[in-house]
Amino acid sequence: MRQVRTLLITAIFVIAQNGYINAQCKAFATRDCLPELASYTHDGNYHAAILVEGEEAELYKTFYSDMEYRVAIVGDEKLPAVEFRILDANKNVLYSNKENNFSKTWDFKLQASQQLKLVVRVSSFNKAGEMPASGCVAIMFGFKLKK
Amino acid sequence: MNKRFSIGSISLVLMLVVILFTGCKGGKKAQQEDITVAIRDKEEILQDIKQAEKIFQALPSPLESAMLIKSAGARFEEKLLNPVSNVNNYVTNKAMAINLGIYTCDLSFASLYEQTQLLIDYMNAAKKMADGLGILKAIEQEDIDRLEENINNSDVIMDIVSQTFMNSNSYLEDNGQPATAAMVLVGGWIEGLYISTQLIDMKDFNGNKLVGRIIDQKLSIDILLNLLASSKGNPAVDALMAQVGKLKTVFDKIKINTSRISTEFDETSKTTVLKSEIKTDMTPEVFLELSKTVMEIRNSFVI
Repeated sequence: MRQVRTLLITAIFVIAQNGYINAQCKAFATRDCLPELASYTHDGNYHAAILVEGEEAELYKTFYSDMEYRVAIVGDEKLPAVEFRILDANKNVLYSNKENNFSKTWDFKLQASQQLKLVVRVSSFNKAGEMPASGCVAIMFGFKLKK
Repeated sequence: MNKRFSIGSISLVLMLVVILFTGCKGGKKAQQEDITVAIRDKEEILQDIKQAEKIFQALPSPLESAMLIKSAGARFEEKLLNPVSNVNNYVTNKAMAINLGIYTCDLSFASLYEQTQLLIDYMNAAKKMADGLGILKAIEQEDIDRLEENINNSDVIMDIVSQTFMNSNSYLEDNGQPATAAMVLVGGWIEGLYISTQLIDMKDFNGNKLVGRIIDQKLSIDILLNLLASSKGNPAVDALMAQVGKLKTVFDKIKINTSRISTEFDETSKTTVLKSEIKTDMTPEVFLELSKTVMEIRNSFVI
């Protein structure tokens, strides 16, 4: 009976904690990621999640030949560096921020519309015996008409 | 594995570790055992992480869809928008979600063509849908007041449109309503496609830039289906998947061949250019079939 009560309290705690963390994530995205888009117009879509060190996320999106784009990917300061790669449909890597000093943004434009894939990975602190760090990672897109 | 489940399980383990530490009556030996549990749990967590994968399916937002239509040189036609007088017809969650996307696309379209009064009317219609869905603070009266104050400032208007749309979809995502969030996006995407297809004059079919943008939407049809599939089992979503499935059947008749992409950095603009060539083939017959299918779906949304 006591175990059931403990589990119930735990479940309530977990649900409340997740709701709180998610709300924090939107505030983080607005405060820390949105300004990275600078002169680009944010498309209005929201992509953010709590990631743990070592964890990956993927995003699929079509980009159009009429536009210039900026992608901004920002991780919580509690997290180690956030790596991201952009791949085409044949899995060729078009850009990796690891080779660009872990830049938070990448500006690009296309000659022809394409569906691209973003792979985001939180690197690892590699501290044995400690709980892995976790925090919000936000991905945002800005666009402007091609000049 | 579902990301939410993954985080939930990590939190559960964390909490159990805390309970073990705080609830144990044992001395030093008992604490050592607890630490062993914590370390073993980390290994389990890392294993859990390897299996966990968050996948985002990003459809063009209503603002992006409207921008694509305008950039193709299309004219503005008010009669193509969903009349704001329909706003009281939408009482179910599904109808309100889809029409939040539709009205957001319409207001984006109106804003890009500087249709100021329409923009405010459509913002109010979108607000009504968001309020009906219980989305707190998505569109507030102060946003509408700010719109009115900056009615001639297109940059501020686009910022407000983008921000209010993000308020809606972030609220739905963060409050465990991904199916509703997906329906909003589907509504906006279908509305953009509906407006585009209706603006095509068949006498001006060949070489029409807007036809090119319509063909490009084939690249997003699988993204759309995958987005809906993540909420499969929800009756409203299942019905939408059947409708979108019909659309995919038509899109499958369009051929798109793309050459390998090469990258070139433009020093002047500090922008990478993704260079490739694309060959597409959509016959007027396939276009008319596509246009008819889109119209049927869109009409089922707005009645």
